[in-house]
Amino acid sequence: MSSQPEQVTGAQSVVRSLEAAGVDTVFGIPGGAILPLYDPLMDSTAIRHVLVRHEQGAGHAAEGYAQATGRVGVCMATSGPGATNLVTPIADAHMDSVPLVAVTGQVPSAAIGTDAFQEADIRGITMPITKHNYLVTNPDDIPRTIAEAFHIASTGRPGPVLVDVSKDALQRPTTFAWPASVELAGYRPVSRPHGKQIREAARLIVESRRPVLYVGGGVLKARAWSQLLGLAELSGIPVVTTLMARGAFPDSHRQHLGMPGMHGTVAAVTALQKADLIISLGARFDDRVTGKLSSFAPEAKVIHADIDPAEISKNRTADVPIVGDCREVITELTSAVAAEHEAGRQGDYEGWWAQVDRWRATYPLGYERPADGSLAPQYVIERLGRIAGPEALYVAGVGQHQMWAAQFISYEHPGTWLNSGGLGTMGYAVPAAMGAKVGRPDATVWAIDGDGCFQMTNQELATCAINDIPIKVAIINNGSLGMVRQWQTLFYNERYSNTDLGGAGRSAAAAGTRVEHIPDFVKLAEAYGCVGLRCEKAEEVDATIDRAMAIDDRPVVVDFTVHQDAMVWPMVPAGTSNDEIQVARDMAPQWDTEAGEVRR
Amino acid sequence: MSRHTLSVLVENKPGVLARIAGLFSRRGFNIDALAVGPTEHDDVSRMTIVVNVEELPLEQVTKQLNKLVEVIKIVELDPAASVQRELMLVKVAADRASRSHVLETVQLFRAKVVDVAPDAVTVEATGNVDKLEALLRVLEPYGIRELVQSGVVAVGRGARSITDRSSRSGSVTPIAR
Repeated sequence: MSSQPEQVTGAQSVVRSLEAAGVDTVFGIPGGAILPLYDPLMDSTAIRHVLVRHEQGAGHAAEGYAQATGRVGVCMATSGPGATNLVTPIADAHMDSVPLVAVTGQVPSAAIGTDAFQEADIRGITMPITKHNYLVTNPDDIPRTIAEAFHIASTGRPGPVLVDVSKDALQRPTTFAWPASVELAGYRPVSRPHGKQIREAARLIVESRRPVLYVGGGVLKARAWSQLLGLAELSGIPVVTTLMARGAFPDSHRQHLGMPGMHGTVAAVTALQKADLIISLGARFDDRVTGKLSSFAPEAKVIHADIDPAEISKNRTADVPIVGDCREVITELTSAVAAEHEAGRQGDYEGWWAQVDRWRATYPLGYERPADGSLAPQYVIERLGRIAGPEALYVAGVGQHQMWAAQFISYEHPGTWLNSGGLGTMGYAVPAAMGAKVGRPDATVWAIDGDGCFQMTNQELATCAINDIPIKVAIINNGSLGMVRQWQTLFYNERYSNTDLGGAGRSAAAAGTRVEHIPDFVKLAEAYGCVGLRCEKAEEVDATIDRAMAIDDRPVVVDFTVHQDAMVWPMVPAGTSNDEIQVARDMAPQWDTEAGEVRR
Repeated sequence: MSRHTLSVLVENKPGVLARIAGLFSRRGFNIDALAVGPTEHDDVSRMTIVVNVEELPLEQVTKQLNKLVEVIKIVELDPAASVQRELMLVKVAADRASRSHVLETVQLFRAKVVDVAPDAVTVEATGNVDKLEALLRVLEPYGIRELVQSGVVAVGRGARSITDRSSRSGSVTPIAR
């Protein structure tokens, strides 16, 4: 239904358009060029505007909102520095296919190109990191542009769309009428898979002996988790879920082998490596999953289903390419496999399961407690997952704590694991957790952050405290840039160039202990109107988490002071083959040369 | 490596050239030649892009181009089934002594002289890349003062048109409220 035209200003037209697009929350900060828009925004009863402290926080909050709810996240900023501060979250959303609409103010159209105050060519800057972007200088174009932006952001392979609106376009009179439909000659995402390819895929599945379902974030984007469960259980094939797909398939399910990739489980990495058929669903053969590409899964045929045709055969050539929405693909593939079964053709994976189960039994995920009695970060995260439970949302930053959170928390439900996968944005956790909590106010939302990451965006704690967004933050505080330090330990002769954040000097760092807290995260939390807690001993972990869980009226920050030398294992060193996986330092699993059997 | 000629129909909107040029450089593909101009439809521009790549990267670049919202259609033109032309303007040193030799060469290549000065002539030539390169080789000894080329434009042979409205009917998608 298109609405009747009404006389409004450009700014009112933007607000009306956002309302018409169904927006209920916007994260942003006003400034000169976007001021006209903030005036009518004040009167909107449909839209809640959350005033953040830094535009990067607005962008990640919109991402968190989108990933927790499945809806389009919206952020807003002024021209120049406001807009450029959105660049990192926009790039992040682009890499992780997060539906995002960013609205930015631009200098008046007559001043564009004159190096005016707070002018930046944000459309030019964001061209390579948006799905699409717009510069609007004519207020009559506002409703159509915003309708297109939401359509593009949320359909096909989701992604960020930026709408830059010049100040004069916001000020001038125009008419508002919400378009009934969008017409885009060059945008036609294919969601329905090709029947012939589906039948070919089903044939390969029942003929294979060592198949793996390689599940990526596309399954979550397509909301295809129940269909995935159906296909997995019908076919009886082992499942691996990538970093972006944690929660798409229950961790407790017998067929789940865990996460593949650089820090994946031995069973998941090895199953892919030894497979004769990989069924890729909404995954993109990222370098962190394949390791050295030329040696990845050398004996496997590949069925590659993705809504983005450009992903298919980009890194690994597909034997059966399927372009389509994961939900439709999996639904049709399940029917086709069922038809094969009815015709008496069923895959025999008994021997494969025997192999996979041995890997799983011999090389489970694990970690060592530090000998000096200090706190193991993995233990903290494991206990957090147990106590907060599978209904809570977990939002990680980037680094060691992120990998441990992906490994040691059991994800049972979709949308409960949020992180920055593709871009690897330190500073994602706190603002994304804030956005997730706004989108899912009834859920417990835990940000699991490193002390390095936390110091990049913790200013949003003020936003949380003031706006009644009671998130919980677990800082896994090892006083260093832990993942970088791990690489220095392994590949740079333990020369710790600029990774010590503890401020306790060289000798204390060498001794693995720190004498002072700079900053003191407990005091910092209190300064921001949050509750600050500290935990340094294993026996205090449960009680501290319980205390944090009991506080619901304001944000809680827990400084878990942990051992500095803990490392993420297993690990496939960057650029090497997945065959080189190490379960601990200088410890490779022992394989028989022929069948990939484990020596017991 | 092999040369491929892509005809790309795009929406005639500001910034679309930057988008396409940016995509090529970001993905690490080199453009050999690029020509842009209007078509018989006001809202559609046509780019002719010549790239020098293997089959597989070509498939990737085509898919990436197709993802651009303002790209309507991409057709690879087979040299045998298309007409491909480039325009060249070349200023050649030619004095009283050499001018007649230069003019003779120009005639042999069915090019034409579009400007004359006491010590130079400017030659306009149209043709495929091979013909223009041959002409340049012959003119080179006289001294080339200035050279400008348009980039290749190309069109498929026969009656069919890649800009047919019917073949690019856009999707009309109702907006969910």
